[in-house]
Amino acid sequence: MLTVRNLRVRYGRSVAALHGLDLDVPDDGVLAVLGSNGAGKSTLLRTLSGTLRMHRGEVVEGEVRYGDRRIDRLDPAAIVGLGIVGVPEGRQIFARMSVDENLRAGGIGARSAAERAEAKQRVHELFPVLAERAGQRAGLLSGGEQQMLAIGRALMSSPRLLLLDEPSLGLAPKIVERIAATIREIHAQGTAVVLVEQNAVMALAVADTAVVLEVGSVALAGSAAELAGSEEVQRLYLGGHAESDADAEREAQQAREQRAGMRGLSRWSG
Amino acid sequence: METFVQLVVNGLGKGAVFALLALGFVVIFKATEVVNFAHGSLVLFGGYLVVATRETLGWAGAVVVGIVGAGLLALLVERLLLSRSKLADPFSLALLTIGVDVIITEEIVRRLGVSLPFIGDAWDAQPIQAGGVTLFRTHLVALVVATVLITLFFIAFRYSNWGIAMRAQAENKEAAALVGIRSARVTATAWLVAGLLAGVAVLFIATQDFSGAGLSRGTHSIALAAFPAAILGGLDSTAGAIVGGIVVGLVDALSTHYVSFAFSKSAVFLVMLLVLVIRPSGLFGTRETTRV
Repeated sequence: MLTVRNLRVRYGRSVAALHGLDLDVPDDGVLAVLGSNGAGKSTLLRTLSGTLRMHRGEVVEGEVRYGDRRIDRLDPAAIVGLGIVGVPEGRQIFARMSVDENLRAGGIGARSAAERAEAKQRVHELFPVLAERAGQRAGLLSGGEQQMLAIGRALMSSPRLLLLDEPSLGLAPKIVERIAATIREIHAQGTAVVLVEQNAVMALAVADTAVVLEVGSVALAGSAAELAGSEEVQRLYLGGHAESDADAEREAQQAREQRAGMRGLSRWSG
Repeated sequence: METFVQLVVNGLGKGAVFALLALGFVVIFKATEVVNFAHGSLVLFGGYLVVATRETLGWAGAVVVGIVGAGLLALLVERLLLSRSKLADPFSLALLTIGVDVIITEEIVRRLGVSLPFIGDAWDAQPIQAGGVTLFRTHLVALVVATVLITLFFIAFRYSNWGIAMRAQAENKEAAALVGIRSARVTATAWLVAGLLAGVAVLFIATQDFSGAGLSRGTHSIALAAFPAAILGGLDSTAGAIVGGIVVGLVDALSTHYVSFAFSKSAVFLVMLLVLVIRPSGLFGTRETTRV
């Protein structure tokens, strides 16, 4: 279990990004983290994966524990060693390297060669396209394939906890469905997932539990179904861009339907 | 015609040496985005160790000490000075390397005093006559040694985990960290490799064949010609470093013969400027074009 207690993170001397955030990430399950821009979602993931310092951020108070280990002062490689691996926002694949080399880079943090070979097979089963295009330059893949590569690369060290930062960003709805189904599949194979998303419809369809961040702390928490049903989430994240109340109601209704549809899909493919 | 062949072969030999140095520059730059102005002092340091240990260890032993010593000094500079200021921007770190360069160079020059020892014992001043062409043995050995080392480097760079980690980090530091690549290790090995290559290069530079001068401040300024080599090849391209090194070697050899020794020093930089006017990020440089 990953526990975050009273976490306060600051960038530079004064810009506070998280104010006393508390969070529990169960060892089994998919946790969706929702929230608008600037709510602190990416800062949370950076803290969990140890890359905060690369952004000149700093934990000023509180702590993050994984099991009984305190991890908020560890470097990223040590955190990968504990089994927590992040997929950054915007995919960030190594575009000038081949698809296969990207996966090899992902396997550098693996504990043994056997584990690496097993992980690679698993990744190729999840994403057959990565096997087909093994020798191709990663930068030439489509957006969806790049996202698959980014996830596959992270799976190469057989993580116990996978941190996904906006995997649906900029992808076509069909591909988003595919990614959603894959997240369920990864979870079914025994990896816990933290899913940070702007696409609340997708995230709530995939997740078991969810939290909503607002200006640096948790505003709402509950099961995914509870949150999907809550009026506030409906208004803000499932139909929040509506011009009028009537529009909002209609969009929320659509969202509910879409969510139901996606549940069906994930059951069907899992 | 014979003269031309001779010039080209000798130019290639010089180019091979510049390629070794330029490759070191590029490896450091790729790993850390720091331009290492202390490269010339690493060259001098390797050479100085050869001079200092030659009498007790014999030449071959001294050469090993020199190469390893230059590598370790580079590692030390990285560990002690650069790794401690991770968040400093690459420009201030480049300035820091200038400071390191001055300190090491001046100390070695002071220790050498008036002696200007040649250190390429095994090959220096033993020209080879082949069909009316006189070839310097130093340049031929340099060509062979550099070819072997550069080939080994590229095999490792392309296929080993070290190479994958190095390229991954060069391309995207954060993504590399996220998959568990240890950035400190990649950076340290980059400096070590660059230092080792500098230690090899000096064995050919401080010779009668190559520069006509022994180990001295002049060795340092010759080593600096690797800088335009790396830049015209593209500072972030390993292949560019090799091509750049060879271009510099050829320009140096040809302009020395056809114009004058004095002109050859500026000819190298003129060619670099010419290349940069046409291709601002160097012949093979990609840094500016892929970050869109």
